[in-house]
Amino acid sequence: MDLFVFVCAAIMVLVGALGVVLRSNPVHAALSMILTLFGVAVLFVAREANFLAAVQVIVYAGAIVVLFLFVIMLLGVDRAEDLRAEPLGNIQRPLALVLGVGMFAVLAGAIVRSRESLRFRGEGVDTATLEDADGNIRQIARSIFGDYVVAFELTSVLLIVAVVGTVVLARRRKSERTPS
Amino acid sequence: MSAVSFLAIDPLLEGDFLWTPLLIVLVKVLVVFVVGLVATMLMVWFERKAIAGMQNRVGPNKAGPFGLLQTLADGIKLFFKEDLLPERADKFVFRLAPYLSFVPAFLAFAIIPLGGDFRDGNGGLVTWFGQTTRVQLADPPVGVLFALAISSIAVYGIMLAGWSSGSKYPLLGSVRASAQMVSYEASLGLSLAAVILVCGTLSTSGIVNAQSSLGSWNLVATGVVPFLIFLVSATAELNRPPFDLVEAEQELVGGFNTEYSSIRFALFFLAEFMNTITMSALIVTLFFGGPQPITIGGTSLDIPLVPNGLEGTVWLLLKVLVFLYIYVWFRGTLPRFRYDQLMDLGWKFLIPASLGWFMLLAGQRLADDREWDQWIVMPLSLAVITLAFAMMQLAFRASDRNREAEGVQF
Repeated sequence: MDLFVFVCAAIMVLVGALGVVLRSNPVHAALSMILTLFGVAVLFVAREANFLAAVQVIVYAGAIVVLFLFVIMLLGVDRAEDLRAEPLGNIQRPLALVLGVGMFAVLAGAIVRSRESLRFRGEGVDTATLEDADGNIRQIARSIFGDYVVAFELTSVLLIVAVVGTVVLARRRKSERTPS
Repeated sequence: MSAVSFLAIDPLLEGDFLWTPLLIVLVKVLVVFVVGLVATMLMVWFERKAIAGMQNRVGPNKAGPFGLLQTLADGIKLFFKEDLLPERADKFVFRLAPYLSFVPAFLAFAIIPLGGDFRDGNGGLVTWFGQTTRVQLADPPVGVLFALAISSIAVYGIMLAGWSSGSKYPLLGSVRASAQMVSYEASLGLSLAAVILVCGTLSTSGIVNAQSSLGSWNLVATGVVPFLIFLVSATAELNRPPFDLVEAEQELVGGFNTEYSSIRFALFFLAEFMNTITMSALIVTLFFGGPQPITIGGTSLDIPLVPNGLEGTVWLLLKVLVFLYIYVWFRGTLPRFRYDQLMDLGWKFLIPASLGWFMLLAGQRLADDREWDQWIVMPLSLAVITLAFAMMQLAFRASDRNREAEGVQF
């Protein structure tokens, strides 16, 4: 049963990931991304990380990809791009290839090397049971708002900075504005 | 860990694999699906009849007794109509979109406790054929978050339907829809957080179980404000009047579903009404005790002639009917919002208000835990929130002034 769920979810993730890269229509690529996110959510549920799965769907599938689609629709870039025209310039394509291969090598090396250490498990967490359905969530809350609260707050500050920066960049200055 | 235990926290699914639990689950799935379809059919009839009454008309009265079968007739008509596929449509997405709208509508219904015996600390457990279970399809440990996740998925159906039609008005409708639904999702989630804070659990049966008397109904326990915010946000999330800008006929022809016909249109229609029913049931579950009877001071009202096992279902039905009527009432009386008013209400009022109220409740609970004096804590937190609100109003006024100085007009 576990293996079956894993295989199904893994196929979802991989098909979605390939779709994001290979589909030429941006809306289809975004839809493939949703497939990937759902596959990851299923994997979370299979590992009894229900909360993570729900948050994954609410935040990523429910908000972020919606924003992607929103931007694609508003900007009207939803037509398939003409791939015959070289959009990247002459140097970028080989550079991307080198970087991609390098990245792949690093990841593959890391996975091969960590095979040994993966056998050592950390301290386990309590998953939800009939008596205590919220044990899982309580533990997440303890670590986010207790042990790692500084890192968590700093991340939220980072997001605020990003939002303020975007607003400042998007606003035209008074001098640039043409009188309407 | 049994293989299926992660699907739901239900005693039925604990232990070894047996055929009786499997059959019970299958029957539950079937019942929930059929109840959903029939309830949708009746809801369409109810809405048409009630709104006709409000407008001094008769409403459907030809098909069946009191026109009850009108929806069935409409459904059959739609089923046999020609299925049009616009030439400029994105074929795959155009076919996919109705299902993305229809499936979440039914999925969300799975976590609503539909009945059961919540009295005397029973926790809503009932025994069928020697198996102890809950009267709800699934009770995942993340409960209400599942409902939020599903309602955030529902936006895709409308959004992609509008986009894939390859036409101008549906696209405008779907762009409006996605902005509206994403905006109101935030205040929906924040007012939900107040309920979770008070109940201390995410599971829907746990939330119902915590509301054992009238005083502990979350409506009272969270102090009414989260309920009002939830009701408004839910109406916006459902794209129902007065927030039905998605399908504003006067501006957008028909909105996101203009290009749809036949059974695909019927699926959108079905999803819309199913969502209304699910959202009403969710409101009842979260704020009005779900299948709990009305209990005042230890004595609970008993419906005569109904066996105790079924009573929860009857209570739920009665409470849901009230909200379904309120939704029809909204449609009958309130004019549609303007788009900028919609966004102002969502971002500048509902989200700050729900956040402020949540902080107030959290402060109150913290004071309770630490045994601080409530008479000092509450006025102090109220003062802080009022100050924050005043500062926010000042900021809005400044931005309005700047806009006027720049000559932006609405």
